[in-house]
Amino acid sequence: MKKLLPHPILSLMLLGLWLLLVNSISPGQILLGALLAWLIPLYTARFWTAQIHIRRPLLLLKLTGTVLVDILIANIAVARLIIGPRARIQPAFIRMPLRVKGNVSVSLLANTITLTPGTLSASLSPDRSELIIHALQGNDPEAIITDIRERYEQPLLDALEQT
Amino acid sequence: MTTELTTLLVELFVALLILIGAGFTLLGSFGLVRLSDLYERLHTPTKATTLGVGSLLIASAVFFTWREPGVSLHEVLVAVFLFITAPVSAHLIAKAALHQRTPSHSGLPPETLLEKHDGHGTRTKPDTDPKQKPSQTD
Repeated sequence: MKKLLPHPILSLMLLGLWLLLVNSISPGQILLGALLAWLIPLYTARFWTAQIHIRRPLLLLKLTGTVLVDILIANIAVARLIIGPRARIQPAFIRMPLRVKGNVSVSLLANTITLTPGTLSASLSPDRSELIIHALQGNDPEAIITDIRERYEQPLLDALEQT
Repeated sequence: MTTELTTLLVELFVALLILIGAGFTLLGSFGLVRLSDLYERLHTPTKATTLGVGSLLIASAVFFTWREPGVSLHEVLVAVFLFITAPVSAHLIAKAALHQRTPSHSGLPPETLLEKHDGHGTRTKPDTDPKQKPSQTD
């Protein structure tokens, strides 16, 4: 089983990707997509060194929802900042120690930080222990870090990593 | 009559979405002029533009699903790839800028922190690697 289907999640994503690309769910396309989703991970298995273990899929889904809503809010907030008076923009660099460790969870967190209100992940240290974040309104770094921790990092820790 | 009404409603909805999308994209470009340094400017293409393009994509999905037989969903792919690539490219640009010590309106992080992020502290030199120097173990 493990040898025949080394990366079930990747296979599922590839099948979804194929069906979206051809924009059809006819049986022929599903069959072709399934074939590709089976063969591609088999031939690229050596490239995918880390296995993803989704421990709590529902929590991950909930996190996706939170992030999508936050992206909407982020857009409006940044738009208002751009139109509003210059004095409301007080940019600052913030140093945030990371608690997530895995490849996937660190990159997901960094992406989320960039997509959500007023923050941009600027640099990850080589040992992956901390991020430098640039904030448009950085007068209260503690609050920003606490916010990121509670909203995104904790769910990621619970959903993807062993505690 | 009812088909005319639905046509009108769908067209209104699509038009509204296109206007919102265009508005946010315009704001995103305006932000590039308004904000003052590289790090601030990186905020607008990653955020204002995602909603701008997002609205346009939803408008496209709704319009073609309604106009043609079948469901048009490959717009989802554009959104997914945009959400993955925009933050990554912004991160790399910011990282490169920090590496070059590009000046910032708000001042850069302390030099010791930046050096740690440049990776000088963790890089292992080849000549200190015990595997390459068997004379050390003799």
